[in-house]
Amino acid sequence: MEQKSVFSVISPIMVGPSSSHTAGAVRLGLMARNIYKDKFKKVKFVLYNSFATTGFGHGTDKGLLAGVLGYSVDDVIIKNIFDIVEDVEYSYEYRQDISRHPNSVDIIFDDKMTVSGDSVGAGEIRINNINGFAANIDGSYHTLLLMYKDKPGMISTVSDIIQKQKVNIASLHCDRSSKGGVASMYVALDIPIGEDVVEQVKRIKDVFFVTNIRKLK
Amino acid sequence: MTILSFSELTEKCEKENKAIYQITQEEEAKLLEAEIDVVRLKVLEDLLAMKDSIKHGLKSTEKSISGWCGDDCAKLADKYAHSGALFGRVFEKITTYALATSEENLRMGRIAACPTAGSCGIVPSVIIASAEEKKISEAQQINGLLTAGMVGLIISNKVQLAGAVAGCQAECGVASAMAAAALTQMLGGDVNTVINAVALALKNILGLTCDPVCGLVEVPCIKRNAFLAIHAVTACELALCGVESKIPADEVVDTLKITGQLMSPVLKETSQGGLAKTKTALELEKVLFKK
Repeated sequence: MEQKSVFSVISPIMVGPSSSHTAGAVRLGLMARNIYKDKFKKVKFVLYNSFATTGFGHGTDKGLLAGVLGYSVDDVIIKNIFDIVEDVEYSYEYRQDISRHPNSVDIIFDDKMTVSGDSVGAGEIRINNINGFAANIDGSYHTLLLMYKDKPGMISTVSDIIQKQKVNIASLHCDRSSKGGVASMYVALDIPIGEDVVEQVKRIKDVFFVTNIRKLK
Repeated sequence: MTILSFSELTEKCEKENKAIYQITQEEEAKLLEAEIDVVRLKVLEDLLAMKDSIKHGLKSTEKSISGWCGDDCAKLADKYAHSGALFGRVFEKITTYALATSEENLRMGRIAACPTAGSCGIVPSVIIASAEEKKISEAQQINGLLTAGMVGLIISNKVQLAGAVAGCQAECGVASAMAAAALTQMLGGDVNTVINAVALALKNILGLTCDPVCGLVEVPCIKRNAFLAIHAVTACELALCGVESKIPADEVVDTLKITGQLMSPVLKETSQGGLAKTKTALELEKVLFKK
């Protein structure tokens, strides 16, 4: 089991009223923003289960929006976020689906990328799906995400590049649609890698998407 | 942290002849790759944020969005300005501070989630009110908060601290156990006494559901913070007197987890059962959604 910090239970310092429904929502938004990176014009939130039922009362809608806009969990602006948003079209949808976690959301940017995640309690979050590929990102590590055409040798090619930077790999997860189909790889890192390294990974043959996800504070 | 149970923690403390807070700060320093002083400074930041929430909460009577809550703390403060509480100053301050923090939370003010925002009034009120009345040093308060943190951490390794997962047991219930641990530590209890206080506190919140009216962290959450802060004091008092929980803390935590699994989803932060479905709650809901 990964060692957890004592501060996961005696903090964060945040605006209320709910750590899972407000702070967790902000952090899910922040993480999705870190993954999508591009400046977006449109964002849609699909809230599930308890997020859908009681989200309104907990400021979940405000928290998610504040997060994708880059505000941190203790920013008192969250309360009035709807009053200050400009140039971004945002919408919400509410669903019940027992196959999903009680506090779950899909965040869809510009109809192009869907980031799904759960708020698992005490402000902690987990991103578990990006554009249909299983993920496991909790924001505690810098993570390199790439999507590519499944073929032998990809793991060693990527790890070689990272190895040359003398960066330690904390964990590595892969998933694929089918043999030879589209595959995804998540590399959790102890320290962040530079954009030059990301460029090198992008140049690997058959890699079609790379993003360097910064960990959450 | 790598310590996964209270029995492991007891063993480690006894073997190394250390208090829980010492083990906690050492483990955290290793995790952060920092000095122990850095860890203690971070804990102090939390403690100061908690004191700030109390300060703001005591001054404000701003109502929540619903208009139901936000001025209860002021009622206590007013009454106590003229006549003391039945159980004296410590009781008076703990209940007032718990409400001050919880009310600050519902206004979307800044608080420290400990372990969650819905339960944010419990640990701070117990630590800070007792410290003021019993002249307990800042260093001792940090020790208390570190002890509370270790307790929360061990529980959170077994069960997610979210009402949606295990009901209010896992939020205000766990906060109460954490507060009991902090207070017992600050009042000089040894490792076994601290963990015994945890077991006593937890045993008596088993089955506590999460049924907020209209899904707001208001009814019954705010007042529950005051109740479970006092609950923590009872657990501490009994433990310091040598009253032992027959069921060890680890088994109580397992029970909490299983009870959470057995609890119907309608009672787990969905507002589809319990107090949230009472006649009055449904009336409140109608009025609220008209706004």
